[in-house]
Amino acid sequence: MGKSRTKIVPTTTWSAGPGCHGGCGVLAHIRDGKLVKLEGDPSHPWNHGRLCARALSMTQYANHPDRLHHPLKRVGERGEGKWERMSWEEAFDLIERKMNNIRETHGPESMVFAAGTGRDIYPWICMLAYAFDSPNVMFALTGNACYGPRLAAVDTVQGDYSVFDAGQWWPDRYDDPRYEKPECMIIWGYNIHATCPDNLFGHWIIDLMKKGTKIICIDPRLSFFASRAKHWLQLRPGTDSALAMGFLNVIINEDLYDHEFLERWTNGAHLVRKDTGKLLRESDVSVEGSSANYVVWDSKREKAVIWDTTAVACESQDISPMISGQCKIWLADGKETECHTVWDAFKDEADKYPPDEVEKITGVPADDIVRAAGFYARSKPASIHWGVAVDMTPALTPLVQAISCLWALTGNLDVPGGNVTARLAFDVAPYALPGSKGAIRLRSEELDKPRIGKDQCMPLNKFYWRSQTDMVFEQIFTGKPYPIKGLWLQTAGIMQGLGMDPKKWREAFKKLDFIVAVDVFHTPTTQYADVVLPTGTFLEKDSFRSWWVPLQSINKAMTTDECLSDAEINFELARRFDPEFKFESLHDLFDDILKPSGMSFKELQKKGWAYPPEGSSSCPYLRHEKGLLRPDKKPGFRTPTGLFELWATLREEWDLEPLPHHEEPPFTPVSRPDLAKEYPLILSTGRRSPAFFHSEHRNIPWLRDIDPDPIVEIHPKTAKAHGIGHGEWIWIENWMGRVKFKAKITPVVPTWMIMAAHGWWFPEKEAAEPSLFGAFESNINLLIPMGHQGKDGMGAPIKHLMCRIYKYTPEEVTHG
Amino acid sequence: MAKKHEYGLLIDYEYCTGCYTCQIACAQEYQWPAGMGGIRVNEIVQQLPNDKAYLTYLPFPTELCVLCKPRTKKGLKPACVTHCMSGCMTYGPIEELAKEMTKKPRMVLWVPK
Ligand code: SF4
Ligand code: SF4
Ligand code: SF4
Repeated sequence: MGKSRTKIVPTTTWSAGPGCHGGCGVLAHIRDGKLVKLEGDPSHPWNHGRLCARALSMTQYANHPDRLHHPLKRVGERGEGKWERMSWEEAFDLIERKMNNIRETHGPESMVFAAGTGRDIYPWICMLAYAFDSPNVMFALTGNACYGPRLAAVDTVQGDYSVFDAGQWWPDRYDDPRYEKPECMIIWGYNIHATCPDNLFGHWIIDLMKKGTKIICIDPRLSFFASRAKHWLQLRPGTDSALAMGFLNVIINEDLYDHEFLERWTNGAHLVRKDTGKLLRESDVSVEGSSANYVVWDSKREKAVIWDTTAVACESQDISPMISGQCKIWLADGKETECHTVWDAFKDEADKYPPDEVEKITGVPADDIVRAAGFYARSKPASIHWGVAVDMTPALTPLVQAISCLWALTGNLDVPGGNVTARLAFDVAPYALPGSKGAIRLRSEELDKPRIGKDQCMPLNKFYWRSQTDMVFEQIFTGKPYPIKGLWLQTAGIMQGLGMDPKKWREAFKKLDFIVAVDVFHTPTTQYADVVLPTGTFLEKDSFRSWWVPLQSINKAMTTDECLSDAEINFELARRFDPEFKFESLHDLFDDILKPSGMSFKELQKKGWAYPPEGSSSCPYLRHEKGLLRPDKKPGFRTPTGLFELWATLREEWDLEPLPHHEEPPFTPVSRPDLAKEYPLILSTGRRSPAFFHSEHRNIPWLRDIDPDPIVEIHPKTAKAHGIGHGEWIWIENWMGRVKFKAKITPVVPTWMIMAAHGWWFPEKEAAEPSLFGAFESNINLLIPMGHQGKDGMGAPIKHLMCRIYKYTPEEVTHG
Repeated sequence: MAKKHEYGLLIDYEYCTGCYTCQIACAQEYQWPAGMGGIRVNEIVQQLPNDKAYLTYLPFPTELCVLCKPRTKKGLKPACVTHCMSGCMTYGPIEELAKEMTKKPRMVLWVPK
């Protein structure tokens, strides 16, 4: 009888809730307006009914007694934890007044809009920021060091991103006849199955392993994959680029690369001037020549031929471009210069990384490097997938270049089972991108000019339309070149997870005139807001998910008191700030964004999910051959040369090293032997727990039961040397401060490194300062600085710091 | 002779990733408070020669596992089996599951009820 009152609503996960980047089909069992159960949808091709611990805990999340139910206004000082309930109307009025005041007095750019990890959020934050005329949308992590930089770096050389192939493009998945499973898969710094980041379902890799895919695992820590890998390369954190260069070295010297791909699809044959060390451009050889065209050497006729980037071809046919060798070229100014090919320069760079040298840098035995690289290159097809460890180092772009070159040079780019080009399904682009023609965009290019970091960090100008976070942070203190006065925080847990040096962030917050936080629960971060707005879980919203394939609808299954979805909140405010805002309702806006799919939001909802048909640019394979990647429909890639760029022309134009290479990060025993004397252990952080997504879920009883304390993993030998026993509380300390962690003595970490969990705060503790939910007790970010981003503004040292450890004193144990 | 214990859970622990889905799926299905439930996941770090180690996870059915009688009698699979992220749990008659065990190593068969 009770059953008949239960309604089952199919929808798609995309946080708030599980925290992940979403995609699972789920069935929400709703009774009397409340979630009573959440199950995986067995008919959904994404997860086939499977579901993670965090999604299965949604009843405890959505019905949690600590949910924020009403808009709140701060009544005490910031951090005092005193709030007064407001109506939505009052909240919107207050926000409108305060933000308009900032806009009129200081300009719209003085308001920064901050977000965290990849949820159903960026379109709506951009919508609000752009309606307000501010270009400053910020992903509030140092060096913007998660995902975006990887995307931008791959885009730089490849014009598109690519991901491992688990047949996610086809409704029949692994059974689709076009699909092939990888023989080998490299898992690079990735514990993907714990949390499903980066828009992939982690356990797809386990599906592949069951089908026979062999794993190469690159990780300093013994993971599930490392245990089961054919080759486990346990590298020193921060030396990934040396390892990738070592792989290239082996693959080139053992002649394991795909010659056809090199010659046809890369700029390997383009000439590099020996005098300047730069690419030879058409403008160098003829006065009227274009600087956007390049030059190759026809070894048949012994003459230079122009690579025309508009035609994406050489000017003359039937030539035989020299891939390796030297030539002399007459320049337009009458001088002669010697040139060699990009491929020769690339090989010279790779030659700097023979396996025994790479062993010295990475700690990985040379033989293992040779065997693993050989196995990868000989396996057909093979794929590589990487985690955030790749972003979390300042020289991430050269590292990403090296890894992308691995999949390209082994002929694995956009082939079944390889690294498949990932496009948004049907090209439905909710994200605002540079030059965006979509529904959500800044009113003018002019308004984008003050975007922080735009001029110095070129990837932010080309691929990734955000502000540079460390520069925003600094500008809050200096007020130069213009003051920052307000901050909008939505899915941005700066105090408890996203912000490095959170004590300094607290100072930054206290400098601002106006802060709004939108969240599901109170957190240490919300304590600094002037207004806190209650948002809903994924079950409480209509929306859609357009992030690679498929395109999916998110369907409202319930409501919680006065909570509104992020999109609803931002929509109302965008309407108030922009007198020309053209959408009547949220569904109007959805329809507009969904136009390229040929479906309205209602139609998509009826289908639930949709796969782009063959022949569209978001449907594999080998799209560079079919002319599906470039706007002009010519075969090739969406790069300046139209080719996969072994030598990154954009990096050259940006005065950055055009070739992949290794740079030692700033805080390692190698770069800082002085610090190593005091802080002899490598401090790594960020190992994933299936119970939590970053700083979330500490308040969900079922999940907290799995992982109740902030854990630091210490090798038994290291623990013994420090007199530390299993389960004891210890201090982890470096030059920035110290934090409390509980020791887990385990050989999964090497003797020379500890692994401290991230994102720790204690929702059960007092909210008001000084307690601040215990935010300053065990937050590992207290030991990680801001301001060490890479040369292009991307990447930062997060996973390889230095520290020492010691036991709690007996007094501390009693009082702790 | 009447069979008393007919059904079991087969775990292929080569592929168990320690995702804790089974533990939470059971807690959700039967509304167990945190700390209790029909199955608990264990991490086993095996020390091997030459400073090597191997990481295994293994779900262990507790006294509270009812083998999902309320679900199986409706023709549904147990909640833990339905959601297992690795698809490494199978529910079925003991004899059939035992046969599966002859096909590959790193399996364990639980007969909790
Ligand atoms: S974490 Fe993975 S399993 Fe859980 S909801 Fe997200 S995509 Fe699905
Ligand atoms: S079979 Fe059912 S009762 Fe037993 S552990 Fe699995 S979900 Fe719980
Ligand atoms: S659900 Fe499956 S993979 Fe996850 S812990 Fe349980 S048995 Fe292991």
